[in-house]
Amino acid sequence: MTFQTFIFYFLSVVLIGAALGVITAKNPVHAALLLVLAFFTAAGHWLLLQAEFLAITLVLVYVGAVMVLFLFVVMMLDINVAKLREGFWRYLPMGALVGLLLVAEMSLILVSRSGGFGDVAPPPDLPAGYSNTRELGLLIYTEYVYPFEIAAVILLVAIVAAIALTLRKRKQTKYLDPAAQIAIQRKDRVRMVSMPSEPRADTRPDGAGPAAEGKQP
Amino acid sequence: MIPLSHYLVLGSILFSISVIGIFLNRKNLIVLLMAIELMLLAVNMNFIAFSHYWNDPAGQIFVFFILTVAAAEAAIGLAILVVLFRNLSTINVEDLDQLKG
Repeated sequence: MTFQTFIFYFLSVVLIGAALGVITAKNPVHAALLLVLAFFTAAGHWLLLQAEFLAITLVLVYVGAVMVLFLFVVMMLDINVAKLREGFWRYLPMGALVGLLLVAEMSLILVSRSGGFGDVAPPPDLPAGYSNTRELGLLIYTEYVYPFEIAAVILLVAIVAAIALTLRKRKQTKYLDPAAQIAIQRKDRVRMVSMPSEPRADTRPDGAGPAAEGKQP
Repeated sequence: MIPLSHYLVLGSILFSISVIGIFLNRKNLIVLLMAIELMLLAVNMNFIAFSHYWNDPAGQIFVFFILTVAAAEAAIGLAILVVLFRNLSTINVEDLDQLKG
Protein backbone atom coordinates (compact mmCIF):
# COMPACT_ATOMS: atom_id res chain seq x y z
CA MET A 1 0.00 0.00 0.00
CA THR A 2 1.64 3.16 -1.16
CA PHE A 3 1.48 6.43 0.72
CA GLN A 4 -0.90 7.84 -1.89
CA THR A 5 -3.34 4.98 -1.38
CA PHE A 6 -3.18 5.44 2.36
CA ILE A 7 -3.97 9.16 1.97
CA PHE A 8 -6.85 8.34 -0.37
CA TYR A 9 -8.47 5.94 2.08
CA PHE A 10 -7.85 8.20 5.07
CA LEU A 11 -9.44 11.21 3.32
CA SER A 12 -12.32 9.05 2.08
CA VAL A 13 -13.12 7.80 5.58
CA VAL A 14 -13.06 11.34 6.96
CA LEU A 15 -15.16 12.62 4.06
CA ILE A 16 -17.84 9.94 4.37
CA GLY A 17 -17.92 10.30 8.15
CA ALA A 18 -18.34 14.06 7.87
CA ALA A 19 -21.08 13.66 5.24
CA LEU A 20 -22.94 11.20 7.48
CA GLY A 21 -22.55 13.66 10.34
CA VAL A 22 -24.04 16.48 8.24
CA ILE A 23 -27.26 14.60 7.61
CA THR A 24 -27.64 13.17 11.13
CA ALA A 25 -26.46 16.03 13.35
CA LYS A 26 -29.07 17.21 15.84
CA ASN A 27 -27.80 20.77 15.84
CA PRO A 28 -27.70 22.67 12.52
CA VAL A 29 -24.53 24.45 13.66
CA HIS A 30 -22.81 21.09 14.05
CA ALA A 31 -24.09 20.10 10.62
CA ALA A 32 -22.61 23.25 9.08
CA LEU A 33 -19.26 22.69 10.79
CA LEU A 34 -19.16 19.07 9.63
CA LEU A 35 -19.93 20.27 6.12
CA VAL A 36 -16.88 22.53 6.39
CA LEU A 37 -14.83 19.44 7.31
CA ALA A 38 -16.30 17.59 4.33
CA PHE A 39 -15.35 20.38 1.92
CA PHE A 40 -11.87 20.63 3.38
CA THR A 41 -11.34 16.90 2.99
CA ALA A 42 -12.66 17.01 -0.55
CA ALA A 43 -10.08 19.71 -1.27
CA GLY A 44 -7.45 17.22 -0.13
CA HIS A 45 -8.84 14.67 -2.58
CA TRP A 46 -8.63 17.21 -5.37
CA LEU A 47 -5.00 17.91 -4.50
CA LEU A 48 -4.40 14.19 -4.82
CA LEU A 49 -5.96 14.42 -8.30
CA GLN A 50 -3.61 17.30 -9.18
CA ALA A 51 -6.35 19.90 -9.44
CA GLU A 52 -4.54 22.41 -7.26
CA PHE A 53 -6.37 25.53 -8.39
CA LEU A 54 -9.81 24.07 -7.78
CA ALA A 55 -8.74 22.63 -4.42
CA ILE A 56 -7.72 26.03 -3.15
CA THR A 57 -10.83 27.58 -4.75
CA LEU A 58 -12.97 25.09 -2.86
CA VAL A 59 -11.36 26.07 0.42
CA LEU A 60 -11.54 29.81 -0.28
CA VAL A 61 -15.00 29.99 -1.83
CA TYR A 62 -16.82 27.26 0.09
CA VAL A 63 -15.14 27.15 3.49
CA GLY A 64 -14.41 30.86 3.43
CA ALA A 65 -17.61 32.32 2.02
CA VAL A 66 -20.52 29.94 1.52
CA MET A 67 -20.16 28.04 4.78
CA VAL A 68 -19.68 31.24 6.75
CA LEU A 69 -22.91 32.45 5.16
CA PHE A 70 -24.58 29.19 6.20
CA LEU A 71 -23.30 29.48 9.77
CA PHE A 72 -24.40 33.11 9.88
CA VAL A 73 -27.95 32.24 8.81
CA VAL A 74 -28.13 29.17 11.08
CA MET A 75 -27.12 31.21 14.10
CA MET A 76 -29.37 34.12 13.17
CA LEU A 77 -32.51 32.01 12.92
CA ASP A 78 -34.06 30.73 16.11
CA ILE A 79 -34.98 27.19 15.17
CA ASN A 80 -36.93 24.67 17.17
CA VAL A 81 -34.74 21.66 16.41
CA ALA A 82 -36.91 19.06 18.11
CA LYS A 83 -39.92 19.89 15.97
CA LEU A 84 -37.88 19.78 12.76
CA ARG A 85 -36.56 16.33 13.57
CA GLU A 86 -40.00 14.76 13.80
CA GLY A 87 -40.16 11.71 11.59
CA PHE A 88 -36.37 11.33 11.45
CA TRP A 89 -36.44 7.72 12.69
CA ARG A 90 -39.58 6.95 10.75
CA TYR A 91 -37.92 7.76 7.42
CA LEU A 92 -34.53 6.28 8.31
CA PRO A 93 -35.19 2.66 7.16
CA MET A 94 -36.64 3.75 3.83
CA GLY A 95 -33.94 6.34 3.22
CA ALA A 96 -31.12 3.96 4.16
CA LEU A 97 -32.57 1.26 1.91
CA VAL A 98 -32.80 3.61 -1.07
CA GLY A 99 -29.31 4.97 -0.41
CA LEU A 100 -27.72 1.54 -0.08
CA LEU A 101 -29.45 0.42 -3.27
CA LEU A 102 -28.13 3.49 -5.07
CA VAL A 103 -24.58 2.81 -3.93
CA ALA A 104 -24.85 -0.90 -4.77
CA GLU A 105 -26.18 -0.27 -8.26
CA MET A 106 -23.66 2.39 -9.11
CA SER A 107 -20.76 0.37 -7.67
CA LEU A 108 -21.80 -2.69 -9.65
CA ILE A 109 -21.44 -0.75 -12.86
CA LEU A 110 -18.40 1.31 -11.90
CA VAL A 111 -16.28 -1.54 -10.54
CA SER A 112 -17.30 -4.22 -13.05
CA ARG A 113 -14.91 -5.08 -15.84
CA SER A 114 -17.49 -4.37 -18.52
CA GLY A 115 -18.07 -0.91 -17.10
CA GLY A 116 -14.66 0.06 -18.38
CA PHE A 117 -13.65 2.22 -15.43
CA GLY A 118 -11.67 -0.42 -13.54
CA ASP A 119 -8.78 -0.61 -15.95
CA VAL A 120 -8.31 2.98 -17.05
CA ALA A 121 -4.62 3.59 -17.40
CA PRO A 122 -3.31 6.14 -14.93
CA PRO A 123 -2.29 9.39 -16.63
CA PRO A 124 1.40 9.93 -17.38
CA ASP A 125 3.43 12.04 -15.01
CA LEU A 126 3.16 15.71 -15.74
CA PRO A 127 6.28 17.49 -17.02
CA ALA A 128 8.30 19.65 -14.68
CA GLY A 129 7.01 23.21 -14.54
CA TYR A 130 3.47 22.23 -15.42
CA SER A 131 1.00 24.67 -13.92
CA ASN A 132 -2.59 23.63 -13.39
CA THR A 133 -3.64 27.26 -12.87
CA ARG A 134 -1.97 28.32 -16.13
CA GLU A 135 -3.73 25.55 -18.09
CA LEU A 136 -7.11 26.51 -16.65
CA GLY A 137 -6.49 30.18 -17.31
CA LEU A 138 -5.53 29.52 -20.92
CA LEU A 139 -8.71 27.53 -21.46
CA ILE A 140 -11.08 29.79 -19.61
CA TYR A 141 -10.02 32.99 -21.36
CA THR A 142 -10.00 31.54 -24.86
CA GLU A 143 -12.32 28.62 -25.44
CA TYR A 144 -14.67 29.17 -22.52
CA VAL A 145 -14.71 32.95 -22.37
CA TYR A 146 -18.42 33.19 -23.18
CA PRO A 147 -19.53 30.78 -20.39
CA PHE A 148 -17.11 32.64 -18.13
CA GLU A 149 -18.95 35.90 -18.79
CA ILE A 150 -22.29 34.20 -18.23
CA ALA A 151 -20.98 32.95 -14.88
CA ALA A 152 -20.07 36.52 -13.99
CA VAL A 153 -23.59 37.68 -14.86
CA ILE A 154 -25.05 34.85 -12.75
CA LEU A 155 -23.03 36.03 -9.77
CA LEU A 156 -24.20 39.60 -10.35
CA VAL A 157 -27.82 38.45 -10.49
CA ALA A 158 -27.27 36.48 -7.28
CA ILE A 159 -25.94 39.58 -5.52
CA VAL A 160 -28.85 41.71 -6.69
CA ALA A 161 -31.42 39.02 -5.84
CA ALA A 162 -30.03 38.39 -2.37
CA ILE A 163 -30.04 42.09 -1.54
CA ALA A 164 -33.45 42.71 -3.09
CA LEU A 165 -34.96 39.80 -1.17
CA THR A 166 -33.66 40.75 2.24
CA LEU A 167 -33.91 44.55 1.97
CA ARG A 168 -36.83 46.00 3.86
CA LYS A 169 -38.16 49.43 4.82
CA ARG A 170 -38.12 50.00 8.55
CA LYS A 171 -40.79 52.17 10.04
CA GLN A 172 -38.81 53.73 12.85
CA THR A 173 -35.90 55.08 10.83
CA LYS A 174 -35.67 58.89 10.66
CA TYR A 175 -34.90 59.03 6.99
CA LEU A 176 -35.07 62.33 5.13
CA ASP A 177 -35.96 62.48 1.46
CA PRO A 178 -34.02 65.41 -0.06
CA ALA A 179 -36.26 65.55 -3.13
CA ALA A 180 -39.35 65.90 -0.96
CA GLN A 181 -37.59 68.57 1.11
CA ILE A 182 -36.77 70.65 -1.96
CA ALA A 183 -40.14 70.20 -3.63
CA ILE A 184 -42.05 71.52 -0.64
CA GLN A 185 -44.33 74.55 -1.25
CA ARG A 186 -45.30 77.33 1.12
CA LYS A 187 -48.92 76.21 1.16
CA ASP A 188 -47.86 72.81 2.51
CA ARG A 189 -46.32 74.32 5.61
CA VAL A 190 -48.16 77.63 6.32
CA ARG A 191 -51.90 78.00 6.61
CA MET A 192 -53.25 81.54 6.19
CA VAL A 193 -56.23 82.15 8.44
CA SER A 194 -58.55 85.06 7.97
CA MET A 195 -59.77 86.38 11.32
CA PRO A 196 -60.84 89.72 12.77
CA SER A 197 -58.18 91.86 14.46
CA GLU A 198 -57.96 91.87 18.25
CA PRO A 199 -56.59 94.48 20.72
CA ARG A 200 -53.05 93.95 22.11
CA ALA A 201 -53.00 91.84 25.24
CA ASP A 202 -49.75 93.26 26.75
CA THR A 203 -51.13 96.33 28.61
CA ARG A 204 -48.99 95.86 31.71
CA PRO A 205 -48.12 99.07 33.59
CA ASP A 206 -44.28 98.81 33.30
CA GLY A 207 -44.57 98.65 29.53
CA ALA A 208 -42.61 95.37 29.27
CA GLY A 209 -44.20 93.73 26.29
CA PRO A 210 -43.15 90.58 24.48
CA ALA A 211 -40.60 92.57 22.49
CA ALA A 212 -38.86 93.84 25.66
CA GLU A 213 -38.85 90.40 27.26
CA GLY A 214 -36.91 88.99 24.33
CA LYS A 215 -33.85 91.09 25.24
CA GLN A 216 -33.56 89.76 28.77
CA PRO A 217 -31.43 86.61 29.27
CA MET B 1 -1.89 4.35 -8.15
CA ILE B 2 -5.54 4.61 -7.21
CA PRO B 3 -7.91 3.35 -9.92
CA LEU B 4 -10.48 5.69 -11.36
CA SER B 5 -13.35 3.52 -10.14
CA HIS B 6 -12.40 4.22 -6.51
CA TYR B 7 -13.04 7.91 -7.01
CA LEU B 8 -16.30 7.21 -8.83
CA VAL B 9 -17.52 4.94 -6.05
CA LEU B 10 -16.58 7.61 -3.51
CA GLY B 11 -18.63 10.10 -5.51
CA SER B 12 -21.58 7.74 -5.63
CA ILE B 13 -21.40 7.16 -1.86
CA LEU B 14 -21.40 10.91 -1.25
CA PHE B 15 -24.33 11.36 -3.60
CA SER B 16 -26.31 8.60 -1.87
CA ILE B 17 -25.58 10.08 1.56
CA SER B 18 -27.06 13.37 0.45
CA VAL B 19 -30.11 11.59 -1.00
CA ILE B 20 -30.60 9.89 2.38
CA GLY B 21 -30.13 13.29 4.03
CA ILE B 22 -32.98 14.69 1.95
CA PHE B 23 -35.13 11.74 3.03
CA LEU B 24 -34.32 12.17 6.72
CA ASN B 25 -34.44 15.94 7.09
CA ARG B 26 -37.53 16.60 5.06
CA LYS B 27 -38.63 19.35 7.43
CA ASN B 28 -35.41 21.23 8.00
CA LEU B 29 -34.79 23.59 5.09
CA ILE B 30 -31.23 24.42 6.15
CA VAL B 31 -30.10 20.79 6.22
CA LEU B 32 -31.82 20.28 2.86
CA LEU B 33 -29.66 23.06 1.39
CA MET B 34 -26.57 21.47 2.95
CA ALA B 35 -27.47 18.10 1.41
CA ILE B 36 -27.71 19.78 -2.00
CA GLU B 37 -24.23 21.24 -1.49
CA LEU B 38 -22.95 17.74 -0.68
CA MET B 39 -24.56 16.43 -3.86
CA LEU B 40 -22.79 19.07 -5.93
CA LEU B 41 -19.54 18.12 -4.22
CA ALA B 42 -20.02 14.51 -5.31
CA VAL B 43 -20.60 15.64 -8.89
CA ASN B 44 -17.51 17.82 -8.79
CA MET B 45 -15.49 14.89 -7.46
CA ASN B 46 -16.49 12.84 -10.50
CA PHE B 47 -15.65 15.67 -12.89
CA ILE B 48 -12.19 16.15 -11.42
CA ALA B 49 -11.46 12.42 -11.34
CA PHE B 50 -12.37 12.08 -15.02
CA SER B 51 -10.44 15.22 -15.87
CA HIS B 52 -7.34 13.79 -14.19
CA TYR B 53 -7.51 10.31 -15.71
CA TRP B 54 -8.42 11.49 -19.20
CA ASN B 55 -5.81 14.26 -18.93
CA ASP B 56 -8.27 16.90 -20.12
CA PRO B 57 -8.59 20.19 -18.22
CA ALA B 58 -12.10 20.84 -19.61
CA GLY B 59 -13.60 18.88 -16.72
CA GLN B 60 -11.98 21.25 -14.26
CA ILE B 61 -13.48 24.21 -16.13
CA PHE B 62 -16.87 22.60 -15.63
CA VAL B 63 -16.19 22.27 -11.90
CA PHE B 64 -15.32 25.95 -11.87
CA PHE B 65 -18.73 26.83 -13.33
CA ILE B 66 -20.53 24.43 -11.00
CA LEU B 67 -18.85 26.13 -8.05
CA THR B 68 -20.01 29.52 -9.35
CA VAL B 69 -23.60 28.44 -9.81
CA ALA B 70 -23.63 26.64 -6.44
CA ALA B 71 -22.39 29.76 -4.69
CA ALA B 72 -25.13 31.83 -6.34
CA GLU B 73 -27.71 29.20 -5.45
CA ALA B 74 -26.60 29.12 -1.80
CA ALA B 75 -26.72 32.92 -1.55
CA ILE B 76 -30.22 33.19 -3.04
CA GLY B 77 -31.49 30.15 -1.10
CA LEU B 78 -30.33 31.55 2.20
CA ALA B 79 -31.81 34.96 1.36
CA ILE B 80 -35.16 33.29 0.67
CA LEU B 81 -34.78 31.40 3.95
CA VAL B 82 -34.23 34.64 5.86
CA VAL B 83 -37.28 36.29 4.26
CA LEU B 84 -39.33 33.16 5.00
CA PHE B 85 -38.28 33.13 8.63
CA ARG B 86 -39.01 36.83 8.97
CA ASN B 87 -42.55 36.41 7.66
CA LEU B 88 -43.52 33.02 9.15
CA SER B 89 -41.11 32.63 12.12
CA THR B 90 -40.46 29.04 11.04
CA ILE B 91 -38.47 27.10 8.49
CA ASN B 92 -40.51 23.94 8.83
CA VAL B 93 -41.34 22.72 5.35
CA GLU B 94 -44.76 21.57 6.54
CA ASP B 95 -45.76 25.14 7.36
CA LEU B 96 -44.92 26.40 3.88
CA ASP B 97 -48.34 25.69 2.42
CA GLN B 98 -49.33 29.18 1.37
CA LEU B 99 -49.75 28.21 -2.27
CA LYS B 100 -52.26 25.51 -1.24
CA GLY B 101 -50.65 22.99 -3.53
